[in-house]
Amino acid sequence: MVKSPTEKKVREPLFHIVKRDAIPWWKAWLIRIAAVLIALVVVAVITLVMTGQDPIEMYKAMFDGAVGNSTRTWNLLQDTALLLIVGLAVTPAFKMRFWNIGAQGQILVGCLATTFCMRTFTGKVPTAVLFILMIAFALIAGAVWALIPGIFKAYLNTNETLFTLMMNYIALNLVAFFCFRWSKNSGNDVIGIINRSSKTGWMPDIAGNKFLLNIIIVAVITVAAFVYLKYSKHGYEISVVGESENTARYIGINVKHVIIRTVLISGALCGLAGFLLVSGVHHTLTTDVEGGRGFTAIIVSWMAHFNPFYMILTSFLIVFLEKGAIQVASAKNLQLDDNFSDIVVGIIILFIIGCEFFINYRIKFKSKDKAEEARE
Amino acid sequence: MEKAPAIELKNITKTFGRIVANHNVNLKVNRGEIMAILGENGSGKTTLMNMISGIYFPDSGHIFIDGKEVVIASPKDSYKYGIGMIHQHFKLVDVLSAAENIVLGLHGKYNIKEASREVARIASLYGFEIDPAKKIYEMSVSEKQTVEIIKVLYRGADILILDEPTAVLTPQETAKLFAVLRRMKEDGKAIVIITHKLHEVLSISDRVAVLRKGEYICTLETKDATEASLTEAMVGKKVALDIDRADPVDPEDRLIVKDLDCINREGAKVLDDVSFTARSGEILGIAGIAGSGQRELLEAIAGLQHVESGEITYKDPKTGKAENLRDKTPMQIRQLGVRLSFVPEDRLGMGLVGSMDIIDNMMLRSYRKGKSAFLQRKEPRDLANEIIKSLEVVTPSATTPVRRLSGGNVQKVLVGREIAATPTVLMAAYPVRGLDINSSYMIYNLLNQQKERGVAVIFVGEDLDVLIDLCDRILVIGSGHVTGVVDARTTTKEEIGLLMTKSVAHGEGGELNG
Repeated sequence: MVKSPTEKKVREPLFHIVKRDAIPWWKAWLIRIAAVLIALVVVAVITLVMTGQDPIEMYKAMFDGAVGNSTRTWNLLQDTALLLIVGLAVTPAFKMRFWNIGAQGQILVGCLATTFCMRTFTGKVPTAVLFILMIAFALIAGAVWALIPGIFKAYLNTNETLFTLMMNYIALNLVAFFCFRWSKNSGNDVIGIINRSSKTGWMPDIAGNKFLLNIIIVAVITVAAFVYLKYSKHGYEISVVGESENTARYIGINVKHVIIRTVLISGALCGLAGFLLVSGVHHTLTTDVEGGRGFTAIIVSWMAHFNPFYMILTSFLIVFLEKGAIQVASAKNLQLDDNFSDIVVGIIILFIIGCEFFINYRIKFKSKDKAEEARE
Repeated sequence: MEKAPAIELKNITKTFGRIVANHNVNLKVNRGEIMAILGENGSGKTTLMNMISGIYFPDSGHIFIDGKEVVIASPKDSYKYGIGMIHQHFKLVDVLSAAENIVLGLHGKYNIKEASREVARIASLYGFEIDPAKKIYEMSVSEKQTVEIIKVLYRGADILILDEPTAVLTPQETAKLFAVLRRMKEDGKAIVIITHKLHEVLSISDRVAVLRKGEYICTLETKDATEASLTEAMVGKKVALDIDRADPVDPEDRLIVKDLDCINREGAKVLDDVSFTARSGEILGIAGIAGSGQRELLEAIAGLQHVESGEITYKDPKTGKAENLRDKTPMQIRQLGVRLSFVPEDRLGMGLVGSMDIIDNMMLRSYRKGKSAFLQRKEPRDLANEIIKSLEVVTPSATTPVRRLSGGNVQKVLVGREIAATPTVLMAAYPVRGLDINSSYMIYNLLNQQKERGVAVIFVGEDLDVLIDLCDRILVIGSGHVTGVVDARTTTKEEIGLLMTKSVAHGEGGELNG
């Protein structure tokens, strides 16, 4: 006869994975918050074991670096906005499954176009016209930079990932070339602050605050992007094309047309980010003016599931960690360098991304199985 | 003492999220017996078999092989216990030969000659026809299936599970397969066959286990069972199994296809000189082995497939004007005022967008309406609620992504939308594939209603019994050719079966014995 389950000597797997049904939003957020807390504990243990430094002090330094004083706080908010706009820029393309990893190049040509306008038109046209020119040039430059791979994708089905990546290098070297060309003492590649005394073409202060206008512009774009993606016919077409080109063809959407229109928007927004970086923040052009945002924005967009409002959170989180990490590396009471602070940031982000697995799946352990059977 | 069954399942439960795929299922299969697992789609047949073959792991319950409890945590474990599963979708490497596919993944010395000899021995033992050196991509569907079966036998399987093995076969090929299965049974193998075709259950199995919505209902001796009793066990409540077919009223030519030629991406001719006429108030069935050009034909009419030569003409019912549809995009066809609805074979990949909710899927055809740059969701919402109500779509709400719905409900959403467009031509490709009996009959009735409204319905189907019961005329195609047009009221399954294989060369269609 059959042996009873209790005496069986069969090897049972320790656990197995079960797909979850959609879970309520608050539970999902509980998991995410738990992931952050666990990450902080893990980081604390690693810090203690590897470096012998006080993890509490390290976390203090992190907060200090991010929001330690009002300048730091404003910088944090502005950098969040600048990362957010790039995240918003890549999102329409991503929703369409067009893997635009060329945001870096598109931002850089936007910076280049803005710088060109500032250098060429200052004093020749009224300031208002100068701003219109700067914005128009930046939008067009970014759009063109995205349009080129877009056309190839739409008509020849080339791989947009490689293509946009290559366009980054071209943009980077174009910027390097013009830094050399426009440098004050020819050969040292430094353009220097443009219109330092007159501040022509600089984004104006609002109530004496030089950060505020950048942030307001990005806030408006965030709302617009949300509405565009969710409530406009264009946004609807983007979702259909991204999900299934066959469905798009079936209902008569011109897929090529949608691809090109969407990459134009994506590129133009990157160009606008370039304008903000030059006119609103740096007032000069260098090869690292873009600051890696083109790639970081990909994480921002994905972590937020392409939702513009969630992107506010994800970009804030990433900028917060980056700012904190800089302070951790330089704090005098801690003997930690930037390599270690990068490890810290890496672990925290890994936990945040990794916890999505637990939102979609559940792990069932065997002990639980047995307990359930016993009850039966 | 009674011999222990080859395989026994006790209280097997498996859930996916909120969905209970199997709940306390009990099952016994003896050696030298063919057991049929019968159930509607979504009743958990495949899930259950996937647990035996190590693809899923049960949440609770016990599995016994020859009376000993075992744990099957991976397909490897399942091989170890002599279980072999033949999946519905073949898992073969196209560019390798039959013998190479059979030894693929096995440990030990790689000796293709010896393997070929062993394959030939197995084949002659059970009456398979196989050429071990033939490449998979040169094979017909039934040959590929043969390779799959020999593959598991080669690995020493004596418990065989076949998941809907007849879905892709012609009646003649099915007969051959059944002959082989009977010989394996005589050889003492335990065979489990998953199906939802009643007549097959009756002709091949010794016992039949019925599942309904994940629950184990009963096991019957096949000799005591009838189609009616099986249906009742499977569906729970009685369904009318006959379709009320009215004679076409004043049929007029609506869609005329003439000498149509199409070439697929690989450059092969998929439609060759296809000509037919679809009439209003009539259901034109299209029968053929899967992949004989049915999809290309419908897509060519819908403006989705490039046409090499030929004509597609639409006759407007009001004006009587003839419109040329060839080389028009779906958009242009609609702008001509042609009310052509199309239920494509690939529901979630073409007819609907899986991640969107029912409301947004309702908009697919109509979202462009109006000058505003923004979407108008009121009408689609009303339509979604109406379809959910009138077609009994089982869904938590109209804002549930259609991907989360079961196959039958997905199809109701799609067919509902296409019918809501009040078409004059309605094309449906395999509209009941994967649907349970209740949903299937609802779809048949909808098609029938459309016909009675004067719509020209084109219905591509695979179940010949249904084609014969539902359609007025049946167009049979084989390898891209029209091999015949028959009157559905007078034809027989055998006649259609022969026409289906007619243009397939190599004399395969001729072998009816077996």
